[in-house]
Order: sequence, then structure tokens, then C-alpha cells
Amino acid sequence: MQAPLRFNGSSILAITVTEAAANRAKTFLQNRGKGLGLRLGVKTTGCSGLAYVLEFVDELDEGDEIFEDNGVKVIIDGKSLAYLDGTELDFAKEGLNEGFQFNNPNVSGECGCGESFNV
Amino acid sequence: MALLQIAEPGLSAEPHQRKIGVGIDLGTTNSLVSVVKSGAAETLPDHDGKHLLPSVVQYQKDLTNVGEEAKNASASDPVNTIVSVKRFMGRNVEDVVSTWKKLPYQFAENSGNPIFQTVQGNKNPIQISADILTALKVRAEASMGDDITGAVITVPAYFDDAQRQSTKDAAQLAGLNVLRLLNEPTAAAIAYGLDNDEEGSIAVYDLGGGTFDVSILHLNKGVFEVLSTGGDTALGGDDFDLAIAEYVTGKLGVEEQSTKYHRQFMNAAKQVKEALSTTDSATFTVDIESHLHSITITKLEFESIIKPLIDNSIKICKQALADAKLKVDKIQQVVMVGGSTRVPLVRELVGNFFDTQPLTSINPDKVVAIGAGIQADILVGNKPDNDMLLLDVLPLSLGIETMGGLVEKIIPRNTTIPVARAQEFTTFKDGQTAMMIHVLQGERELVDNCRSLAKFNLTDMPPMAAGAAHIRVTFQVDADGLLSVTAMEKSSGTQAHIQVKPSYGLEESEVLEMLTASMTHAKDDMQARMLKEQQVEGQRVLEAMDGALSADGDKLLSKDEREAIDVALLQLATLIQSDDADAIKQQIETVDNVSQTFASRRMDMSIREALSGQSVTDL
Repeated sequence: MQAPLRFNGSSILAITVTEAAANRAKTFLQNRGKGLGLRLGVKTTGCSGLAYVLEFVDELDEGDEIFEDNGVKVIIDGKSLAYLDGTELDFAKEGLNEGFQFNNPNVSGECGCGESFNV
Repeated sequence: MALLQIAEPGLSAEPHQRKIGVGIDLGTTNSLVSVVKSGAAETLPDHDGKHLLPSVVQYQKDLTNVGEEAKNASASDPVNTIVSVKRFMGRNVEDVVSTWKKLPYQFAENSGNPIFQTVQGNKNPIQISADILTALKVRAEASMGDDITGAVITVPAYFDDAQRQSTKDAAQLAGLNVLRLLNEPTAAAIAYGLDNDEEGSIAVYDLGGGTFDVSILHLNKGVFEVLSTGGDTALGGDDFDLAIAEYVTGKLGVEEQSTKYHRQFMNAAKQVKEALSTTDSATFTVDIESHLHSITITKLEFESIIKPLIDNSIKICKQALADAKLKVDKIQQVVMVGGSTRVPLVRELVGNFFDTQPLTSINPDKVVAIGAGIQADILVGNKPDNDMLLLDVLPLSLGIETMGGLVEKIIPRNTTIPVARAQEFTTFKDGQTAMMIHVLQGERELVDNCRSLAKFNLTDMPPMAAGAAHIRVTFQVDADGLLSVTAMEKSSGTQAHIQVKPSYGLEESEVLEMLTASMTHAKDDMQARMLKEQQVEGQRVLEAMDGALSADGDKLLSKDEREAIDVALLQLATLIQSDDADAIKQQIETVDNVSQTFASRRMDMSIREALSGQSVTDL
């Protein structure tokens, strides 16, 4: 477990990655053959305000925070961290569909499809 | 909560804007769909976890079954259950009936496409293929939780224009946007990332359940070219099973392997074959008249049984290499496709023949679909721009026939496709209302030395003086290599159109031959072309003068003047039968000189006629 960090004067929780998500992420990174880890982020768009970003990371940007859980590096820019504080990255299955899921305690509402949200 | 996949850096899609490109291996026996998820292409399973969808469609009155269920119904409901429809794509019904004599289907009385009469009504191969594609599309949409942006569908390298077009039509009917058709061996090579190599030759050895295909590919800067293909439509893993079953029948001393036990023997043989891929001996067990018969088969026995079959496939590989004009040491990589390439002896013998370790790390049943999925992901734009897009080039120039049997090239060889080029042509005779467009392929100057692809007529053109009409001929080659030619008369908008597949029926060896011939004959060809051009020009001058003389000759010329022109024309008429281009050219100039006075008098006269009766102020 990651020790709580100080960020912008307030105590922030770690970003966690479930074992299922970590195993998948490791496999995908291995298949891809390069990449430092996963970038989690938010961008302002979508039908309900904000949308999640989930990408491979080849280069770090200034202001990136790095977390590590279950052997996977998670990289988040400072701005996004405010919205993702305490988020757990999970890997879930719904019928035939499977993919990564953000369990984000900051969310106050999301659009019907769950692709965008607000805090 | 939406489930997300990991995107490439900076390429996260906006919500509801995800671009999903699927790869579809529309196979004869089984079909597969794949997609790139979080950077890796994988085939998608159904609810039971099965990736392979049997390419079988059963039509019931109000229900269409695709896949496993339909396959199970093929014995009990053969008439309404269409198996391996890919065989019938782009074929006409006479062809189908004469090639496969024992088909259980009822065909409607017609020529052209075979039409299957089922309890659900008439179905053609395109509709049946569309049902298979729909099943895969539904599976992909359920797996991705989103709509499919587009699909790359694989076809055998030897598929002709009609078969490719039928595949495209089926996809359209299934509501799939076809990003492109991809040759199966090329897809397999892409799955192994071979398209990232600079240059090289690749063999793709595809041994499935019932068919064998080998393709020799050449890669140059990300562009794959199929150099040659070979195969046997009756050689595959099923033949291994049959050989084992026959061997055991002999050993057990069973008189004749009756049909009753055939299925049992074949299943037992298949199990033994699969077991022997990983062990040194396996037991063959059958139950005949409640007597269990068991026999142990060693790997060595098995290999001696199937070796002749594999040797046959190697012979076909040899032929394919010869067709590609390549020595075996030029082959850098061998890609293994098809379930039967799991048999260790197949790998060994293929490896020995090509003197290289074959690539086997990707599941050979899925490798084609995976390559298609990777390609689809790039084509929908989920990869950074620097990832090379697979391009094809035209192997030979395309053009049309012009007067005198000459070829005017419209798209030169080695142009990357898709491409569109247009050129304007005109009429040769006064009042000409039709024009034949003869589409040709090749590097030579004369029609006789090029390959004729198609002919069609542009008719209903308004009559005009020779050379006054503007006919725009447009050649368009799409990403799948289909050529469309359109001819349009510009003043009236009248047009005609045709579509052909330039590579249809053309072997790589013939392409090479055509290229070599164009080089060795370059000088002769140019001379022949110049001669033809002068002959055509001479003919045009003769006809123009003839018309002018009969109209105004008596009015405007003295007897001597007329005689001089007649003599010059007579000489020209004789000369254009000769093969002396320079002499014809000179004589055309002579005619021009002696008729100059006549031409200027004609011009004066026509101006006078135009002006007569009009006052200067009206002009």
C-alpha cells in the first residue's frame, strides 16, 4: 500500500490498482513491448463534464505523479489527481465486454453510459 | 459504468467517439473476429468462450442459426443448412453444380449466382455470408459495448474480382463498413509484425482442415506483394485423420470400414493425431458391435503414415517458389497458418525445406484474424501517424487503346493505390457518335503486346467534327485493386462505365515476363509506335483532304493545282502502307505545302460566306 502523500496542502489518498487490473495491465504492457506504465487522467469533455483518460505512457511530463500498486506504475498529472484522488483501477467483465473501470469516490454523477462524469 | 481499454499515448477517444476496427477472418470452415484491445489484437469469444464460429448457416422458417447450432443441424436438415458457403462466392450455378456433384441443396433455376431454396426463402451466397458476418458483428459489438467503426475482411490471395466484390457486398449487407479486403497470407505476416521489416521474401504455409494454400510474398517498404500462390483444395488435417483411420482398419483386420463406423473412426483418429502433437504414443479406441478395440500408435508410426501427405504440400511449395522465380534461400521467414501446422512433423519438414525455423508462436487458427484486427485498428486511426500503413502498388501500367492499335498509358506501373487519373481523348472521324474504350494492361506500346482487360462502348455521343469532341476517360483503382473506368463525352454528359480486377488470372511470372519484354523490346516498340502514329496521322490527312477536295476542290483550284495535290495525296496513300515513318512524315509535310494555297482560299471563302449579307456594324 502507498503511504498517503501531501499534495496542495491537503492529504491525498493513494491511487490503487486491483490485482485483476494489474495483471491485465502488465500483460498489455508486455505485449506492447514498451511503456513505463499507465496514465490515468481526466479531460473536460463529454456529455456530463469530465471524461477518463487511460493510456500507455512512453514519456513522463512535468508535474506527473507516479504511484505504484501491485507492480504497476500509475502516472497522473497534478490537475487530474484532484479529480481521481482515492480512485481504484479495476478490471471488470460485463457479459462479453471486459475492460478497465475507475472506482472513483469523487464522482457525484455520471452520464447514462458512464463514459463521462462530474464531481 | 463504461469499461475502458488502454489507448496509445495522447490517443484517448472522446466519450462516445471510440473508433473500433475489427478484423474478420471469413473462413471456409470457421470464421473469427478480432479487435485490438489495450494495444494487443485478440480474437473475441462468444458467450460459451468459443472463438471459432463454424461458417454454417441454417435457415428455419422464422429463425436463422449461425455457427455451432447450425453445424449440428447439418446432418438432420441438410437442405436448409448451408455449409462452407465461401466455396460458392462469386461463382455461377453451373460451375458450382459441376464442381461439387453431391451437394444436398436445391438450387433455383437460373444462371449466374447460385440461389439456395430454403424454408425461409431463396438465399444467395452473399446473403448467407452476410448472416455469418452479422453474427460476428453482433459478437464484436457486445464485446466492445459500442458500435463497430469498420472492418478489415480477409480473402484468399487467389480470390478474383467477382469473389472479392461478393465479399464486399456481403459485408455491406451485414451493415459493416469495409475498411479494406486483405489477403489472408498478408494478414498472417502482419500478425507476426513482418510488415515492420525493410525488405524480404516470406512464405505463408496454410494447412487447414480441408485445404492447403501456400503464398510467396515480397515485402518492400511496408508494401506486400503476392508473388505466387499454390495449393490443393483436397489436402488438410482431415486427410491425416483419414490416413490414420485407414491404417488402423488394416491393423484391426476389419474387412471394410462401413459408413456406420466412419465417423467414430475419424473422431478417434483425430484424437490420436492431436495427442501425438505432444506425446510419443497414443491409444486409438473404437467400439464396434459393443467390442472395444484398442490399438497403440506411436509417433513414429503416425509420422510415417502422414509423411506422404506433407511431402505433397512441400512439392506445391517448390512449385510456388518456381512460379515466384525465387530460390529457397531467398525466403527469410515462414509463417505457419491453420490448425494442422500444430503437427510437429509438418513444422519439421516445412522448416527443413525452407531452411528456416517457421513462425509458430501465434495460434495458427487465429493468426489471420489477428493480422486483420491489427490492420483494422490502424485504418480506423487508433495508431500514431508514424505507424506505416499497408500500401499496395500496381504491378503493371493501365491504359486504353488509341487509333492505330497504340496504347496510351493512363496510370503507370508502381503507382500506389488507391489512385484516380483522368485523360482526355477525342474522335477520329467526322460525325462519330460512338467510341470503343479498350482497357489494357502492360508496358508495351502496341495493343497486340499488352493484356486486354475489358472493352466497352461509349455510345449516343452528339455528332461533331473529328477532333472536336472531348472524351474524358477516368481510371480509378481502389484499395482492393478493383479498377473502374469511366468514359464521358463532356458536352452532352453521356457516359459509360466498367469495372475490372487487373490482377485477375495474372500470375506473377507473367507480370515479370511482361516487364522484361517491355525492356528488351523498348527500341522496337518506340519505332513501331512512331510508325503507327505517322500512319494514323497520314490517314487523317487523307480523309480530311478528301472531304475538302470534294467540297471545294473544283471551285477553288486550277487544274494544275489540283493535279499537284492529287499526286501528293496518292503518294501519301501508298506510303502509309509502308513501314517508313520518316517518309510518311515527310510526305505529310509535302501534302501540307502543296495544299497551303487551297487551305487559305478555303478559309477566305468561309469568311466571305459568313460575312456576306451582313453589315459591318453587325459584326
